[in-house]
Amino acid sequence: MAKIIVVTSGKGGVGKTTTSASFGAGLALRGHKTVVVDFDIGLRNLDLIMGCERRVVYDFVNVINKDARLNQALVRDKRVEHLYMLPASQTRDKDVLTREGVDRVFHELQQELGFEYIVCDSPAGIEKGARMALYFADEAIVVTNPEIASVRDSDRILGILSANSRRAEEGMEPVKPYLLVTRYNPDRVEQGEMLSLETVKELLGIPLIGVIPESESVLNASNLGTPVILDEKSKAGVAYSDVVDRFLGENRPLRFISTERTSLLRRFFGG
Amino acid sequence: MSFLDYLLGRRRNTAEIARERLQIILAREHTNRNAPDYLPALQQDILEVVAKYIPIDLQDIRVNLEREGDYEVLELNIPLSDDARGTTIRATTRAR
Repeated sequence: MAKIIVVTSGKGGVGKTTTSASFGAGLALRGHKTVVVDFDIGLRNLDLIMGCERRVVYDFVNVINKDARLNQALVRDKRVEHLYMLPASQTRDKDVLTREGVDRVFHELQQELGFEYIVCDSPAGIEKGARMALYFADEAIVVTNPEIASVRDSDRILGILSANSRRAEEGMEPVKPYLLVTRYNPDRVEQGEMLSLETVKELLGIPLIGVIPESESVLNASNLGTPVILDEKSKAGVAYSDVVDRFLGENRPLRFISTERTSLLRRFFGG
Repeated sequence: MSFLDYLLGRRRNTAEIARERLQIILAREHTNRNAPDYLPALQQDILEVVAKYIPIDLQDIRVNLEREGDYEVLELNIPLSDDARGTTIRATTRAR
C-alpha cells in the first residue's frame, strides 16, 4: 500500500508547493517511486515549480473524466529518477474533482503503477479542492510560517483533518499531522519580532518534522523550475533533505534555528 | 530587541504579543470547533424571541455547546442590561 501525504496549510503563500516539490523529489532521490499531485484546480503551479510546464499534455481532471489514461497525464521528472507529477487542470469548474474519481486514480497509482508515495499539494483555503486534497491522506505536513495568521489557519486545518478526512469518517486511526515551519528567521526571533519555533509548536500541539530557514535560494530555485532540495549548497535545500530523512525515520538534529553569532556591540545597540 | 532598547523601553516584544493573541483566539475557536453549522442562526433566532420580552444587549451574549454524557447542552448566557443578573437559557438535545 502506498502512503498518501497531504501538504496543507490553510493560508496561501506559506510554501506548500515549494514543500510538495522538494519533499516529493527527496523521497524519489532516496529510491521511492513518488508522485506529486497538484490539487489546485484552476491555478496550476506545481508544474512551474518542478520545471516541467512544457511537457504537460493531459491533467488530473482529464483522467478523472476518462478523457485520458493516467499514464498519459503523468509527467516524468527528467532529473530525478522515480519522480512523477500529475498536473492540475486549468478548468474553472472545481466540481470536476469527485471523491470517486480521486479514489479511482489513487487506487490505480498504487495498485497498477506501483507508487510508494502519493504527495498531495493542497490549494490554499478550506474549500472543496483543499478538502479533497486532505480527504484521503494518511499523514499531513502542515506548512506554517511563524506569523499570526498562518498559525491560526494551520490550527483550522488541523480541525478539518481530524473531523473530515476519510480516516475520521471511517473510524480508522486518525491522520498523522506533522508541523513544518517555513520562512524561519532566527535573527528576528532573537529580536522578539517573530514567533519562535517553540511557541508555534506549543500553540499547534503537533510533532515538528522540520524548520526551513528563510532563504534567497527558494526564489532562485522557483525561477529555475528546480525543487530547492536539489540545491545542496542552500540552507533551505539541506533543511528539506533533513525533513525527508526524518519522515523516513532517521534521526536528524534541527539546523539553522539559532542566530549566527552577532557581535556584542550589535547585540547591545541593536540593528 | 537589543539590550539598550530594553533598558530604554523603546520597543515591545511583538512576538510575545502575537503569542498571547493566538493563545486566546485558538482557545475560543477550539470550543466552537465541533459546533454544528446551524448554531449561529439558532442563536440569532433565540435572541430575537428573547429580545421581544426583555431588553438585552446583543453584544454581550455567550453561547456554549457542551457534551454531558449522552446529551448535548446548548447554553445561552444573556446578561440583563439594567440589573447585572445573568439569565441562562439551557436547551438540551439528545446526542446522535
